[in-house]
Amino acid sequence: MAAGAVWVVAEVAADGSLAKSSTEVATLARTLGEAAGGGSAGIVVAGDPAGAAAELAKYVGRVVAVAEPAAAGNAWAQVAAQRAAAILASESPATVLTGAGPDGRDVAGTTAALLDRPVLVNATAATWTEGGPSVEMSVFGGKLVTTSAFTDGEWGIVTVRPNVVTAEPAASAGAVENLAPEGDLSLPLVKVVDQVQEAAAALPIEEARLIVAGGRGVGGDEGFALVREIAEELGAAVGATRAAVDSGWIPYAQQIGQTGKIVKPQLYLALGISGAIQHKVGMQTAGTIIGVNRDPDAPIAEFADLLVVGDLFEVGKALLAELRARG
Amino acid sequence: MPLRIVVLTKPVPDPAAAAERLGPDGRLDRAASPAVINGNDEYTLEAALKLVEAHGGEVALLAMAPPNAVETLRKGLAMGAHRGVLVTDPALAGSDYGATIAALVAALQGLEYDLVLAGFDSSDGVGGVIGAAVATKLGLPYLSSAAKVEPDPDAGTVRVRRISATGFDVLEAPMPALIVGTQLLGEPRYPSLKGIMAARQKEVATKSISDLGLDAGAVGAGAARTKVTGTEKPPARGATQVVRGSAEEGAKAIVDLLASRRLI
Repeated sequence: MAAGAVWVVAEVAADGSLAKSSTEVATLARTLGEAAGGGSAGIVVAGDPAGAAAELAKYVGRVVAVAEPAAAGNAWAQVAAQRAAAILASESPATVLTGAGPDGRDVAGTTAALLDRPVLVNATAATWTEGGPSVEMSVFGGKLVTTSAFTDGEWGIVTVRPNVVTAEPAASAGAVENLAPEGDLSLPLVKVVDQVQEAAAALPIEEARLIVAGGRGVGGDEGFALVREIAEELGAAVGATRAAVDSGWIPYAQQIGQTGKIVKPQLYLALGISGAIQHKVGMQTAGTIIGVNRDPDAPIAEFADLLVVGDLFEVGKALLAELRARG
Repeated sequence: MPLRIVVLTKPVPDPAAAAERLGPDGRLDRAASPAVINGNDEYTLEAALKLVEAHGGEVALLAMAPPNAVETLRKGLAMGAHRGVLVTDPALAGSDYGATIAALVAALQGLEYDLVLAGFDSSDGVGGVIGAAVATKLGLPYLSSAAKVEPDPDAGTVRVRRISATGFDVLEAPMPALIVGTQLLGEPRYPSLKGIMAARQKEVATKSISDLGLDAGAVGAGAARTKVTGTEKPPARGATQVVRGSAEEGAKAIVDLLASRRLI
């Protein structure tokens, strides 16, 4: 079987650069494409795709860049998906990857519907097996790992969870082709009528190597100041549980868990967090998990590497002193 | 102008019960896992209820699930939804995303609505691709990652605050439209006793695939284009070291572990 390439539909950040998650997805596309034998390729659709396309070419063998005026000033994902679908329809891909974040899943759902292709979601790993991707997914809040595949002869779309692949550029950069958008966009455009920047953007928790997080036990703004101080001392990002977000101590962007973000840092220091399932699903694959909790029977005792039983203010202040003493 | 809102509602295994397991066919053993309304769908339901309180209108729940999901939908009716539509058919068992999307699209084609609301993703599969696919198939404007939904029924438009990496974008589209919501839509209400009583009288219409004009051969396990090839338990984490003692001893244990793992 003459295999086509493994394709990635890339996401573009607000400043026109390639999204970090797309560097990870593109790395996976290259690994799978080498195993499949058809190589790897990527698509960038943006008002001005040049910067992101050049960046993507460091990761895959071939990049198709589409300068689509409608991608600026309108909701991006469905516009991008329509242009991507038109390219993919004529390329017979081996498979197609997107990110599993908000934009990637919108692209995946739209592209799957336009081309009537099957979908596998939220991959935590993938290998090339028997002519197709073998996709690992973490389901039921991480209680089970399933492996799935497309049925014979099908190619489909796989969304890839952030932070499960380490981005690594290829030995040599791929070629960029510029393609003019062809034909009308058939789906309704959704206008962006305003863009609002909120208070200083914190270090995105999905990309953080170290995270210090606070929960209900932190008790209030004063307690969260201590969480932030410890994070700063460690050079870590600040995360939180839903209870802390609902209490207004920290913005939703920092929430980790079922209805927040899923993270995989090397360190997760959980302060005043009981470790209920809704939070656990967002952080259970962290490299090292340390909890500080008054309750020795809190659920976090079952999955932390270290649990310090005690008052988080006292332990937190002592920790701060100890860290500062080390310099 | 009253609003007609359909809320996509997925019955999922209760994450808190932690009883999920797969049967020999690689599908969820639904008998073993008590079902609840997907947590993210409760946020969109709450938003829908607030909108019809403000504008008048009706909230309908739409689910695709086994027949006993009527009982799961009762909670949404007790929160205040006016009626339910349950797509249920033995032929749907084992459906992949494509068949699920086709069934929801067919059911929506039989309903009248100004807005369709869907949750950010489901707690069991964490896919979050159904909303975009359904909107695409129906040719509806698609607005996702919504923190706020503000329809203008007189103008026939809707505005959505879409969460961005640095704040939010304000999106605008004509209705009818499909919106994917987030937790920022607001804390779901608890059903009142009165609501629970009223829910018993509310209608849940069931639709089979022939009611929807779908072919039995096009849905279910036989038509699935994805397959589960294996399942395993995730690797267990190591034992937990528990430190009780003074704050200083606790702090030292943390620093020692961080240093031994080269995290500081």
